[in-house]
Amino acid sequence: MLEVRSLNVFYGTIHALHDISFHVQEGEIVTLIGANGAGKTSTLHCISGLVSLKSGDIHFTGKTLKGVSPNRIVESGLAQVPEGRRIFANLTVMENLEMGAYIRKDRNMIKQDYEMVFSRFPRLKERIRQVAGTLSGGEQQMLAIGRTLMSRPKLMLMDEPSMGLAPLLVKEIFEIIKEINRSGTTILLVEQNAHMALSIANRAYVLETGRIVLEGAARELAQNEQVKKAYLGG
Amino acid sequence: MGFVQEFLQQLVNGFSLGFIYALIALGYTMVYGIAKLINFAHGDILMVGAYGGFFVLIALLVTPGSFILSFVIAMLICALLGMFIERTCYKPLRSAPRINALITAIGVSFFLENVARVIKPIGPNPKEFPVFPQKFNLLELDFLGVHINQTQIIIFLVSVFLMFTLNYIVNNTKMGKAMRAVSFDRGAAYLMGINVNRVISFTFAIGSALAAAAGILFASAYPQVEPLMGFMPGIKAFVAAVLGGIGSIPGAMVGGLILGIAETLSKGFISSKLADAIVFGILIIILVVKPSGIFGQNVSEKV
Ligand SMILES: Nc1ncnc2c1ncn2[C@@H]1O[C@H](COP(=O)(O)OP(=O)(O)OP(=O)(O)O)[C@@H](O)[C@H]1O
Ligand SMILES: [Mg+2]
Repeated sequence: MLEVRSLNVFYGTIHALHDISFHVQEGEIVTLIGANGAGKTSTLHCISGLVSLKSGDIHFTGKTLKGVSPNRIVESGLAQVPEGRRIFANLTVMENLEMGAYIRKDRNMIKQDYEMVFSRFPRLKERIRQVAGTLSGGEQQMLAIGRTLMSRPKLMLMDEPSMGLAPLLVKEIFEIIKEINRSGTTILLVEQNAHMALSIANRAYVLETGRIVLEGAARELAQNEQVKKAYLGG
Repeated sequence: MGFVQEFLQQLVNGFSLGFIYALIALGYTMVYGIAKLINFAHGDILMVGAYGGFFVLIALLVTPGSFILSFVIAMLICALLGMFIERTCYKPLRSAPRINALITAIGVSFFLENVARVIKPIGPNPKEFPVFPQKFNLLELDFLGVHINQTQIIIFLVSVFLMFTLNYIVNNTKMGKAMRAVSFDRGAAYLMGINVNRVISFTFAIGSALAAAAGILFASAYPQVEPLMGFMPGIKAFVAAVLGGIGSIPGAMVGGLILGIAETLSKGFISSKLADAIVFGILIIILVVKPSGIFGQNVSEKV
């Protein structure tokens, strides 16, 4: 479904991604784990078209994403829950969801999907008219996920959805990610919380200073001594 | 005339000037909020709008119908002009340092002013702006010894109508919500599939259309048009937008009114020569007390 081949990304003279290659198959949860500054966000930004690539190629459902504008990428069914949530704090909860549905025109289906989001996140429904900036951190993450779901992505990129959340909430969020995947959305999950990410993913890639250093089935990587030492606290 | 009456009279005059500043300031503030650009050519778009109205009214003579038509045509022309300027001059500089876009904006301003001076139908000299003939002078208000003339009533009606329309667009339409989303976080807006280029284009169109309306109102109040007429109201509206908190729509409205009233009262009661100095003095004081402006949020600027 998603195929990234020898991707190189530069910020000025900083070489942030070195020849990165990986793929995601339909129906999977694939995780990309790595420490601070490893290049996880850069990878996702490049796939979403926010950052341009120097060389390499990205294919989504058989078509290249090279030079495609970010809104067209969303229209093709690839959407992202960005790092740090980045909800529109000046808009209401409902308006945030409307922005998630920006590319769609099928009014009746959009209405159904609002209900789908509200049944998944009942707390959002209670706060529908509230300005999103006043939500708690966990609620904001739910809104960020719900907002992205509103575009009906085939593939959803998620950048550190557990960031800054209490352990109980992290669990809840990961449960939700599993559910979203079960209902048919393929997921590429970027995480520093390797333990949780490996526990729900099918396959995993380990990113270190802009290079992919390990890859394999998530269950196997969780047992790998190198991974245990570096990312699972021994 | 007693002091109270004179004061009220000046207040009325101040309000009508303030509404014009507010309309112009709205364009500045919206463009800044969404494109993060100070469009110094904004005042010159006002001039183009005023000339657009001028030619319609010269051709059709001034009747209520042609007067309304002059707004429609001038606003359309300026909306297109605003989008064209954005597309050709500012969009290519979007990822360049901000100072480049600022200098370009000043260049666009000089360009519009000087093109207006050299092309035949406009020329460098001021021209009298056509006003309603006596038989259409129907709207006048006198109370408590205060006189509100027809032009002032029109300024009030047109401004309030446009502000309500703008408010509706920004708060209730999909495009308006996208404008607020882009102004808050452009990157996140991209990730939601919002066509950011279109939103920026639309913002220039709306801001320029408001400037065109302000141009006709300003020209009818004087009543004259000339190629440099946009300069002073442009600067003052910019100040009004900063005063209200640049990027804030209610801020631009309130800032415009404050500036118009302060200017008129200073002219009326202190000194017409010192008026501008007093107005800018007020600006400095307010910005020392609240650097982000009256309605501005004290957030540090994002990169
Ligand atoms: N806009 C930018 N300009 C310059 N350098 C950047 C930019 N964005 C990222 N970098 C650099 O690229 C490298 C990878 O950053 P990236 O944000 O992709 O890491 P990350 O794995 O997402 O880290 P984190 O876990 O902290 O979110 C870092 O060295 C970072 O400093
Ligand atoms: Mg990151």
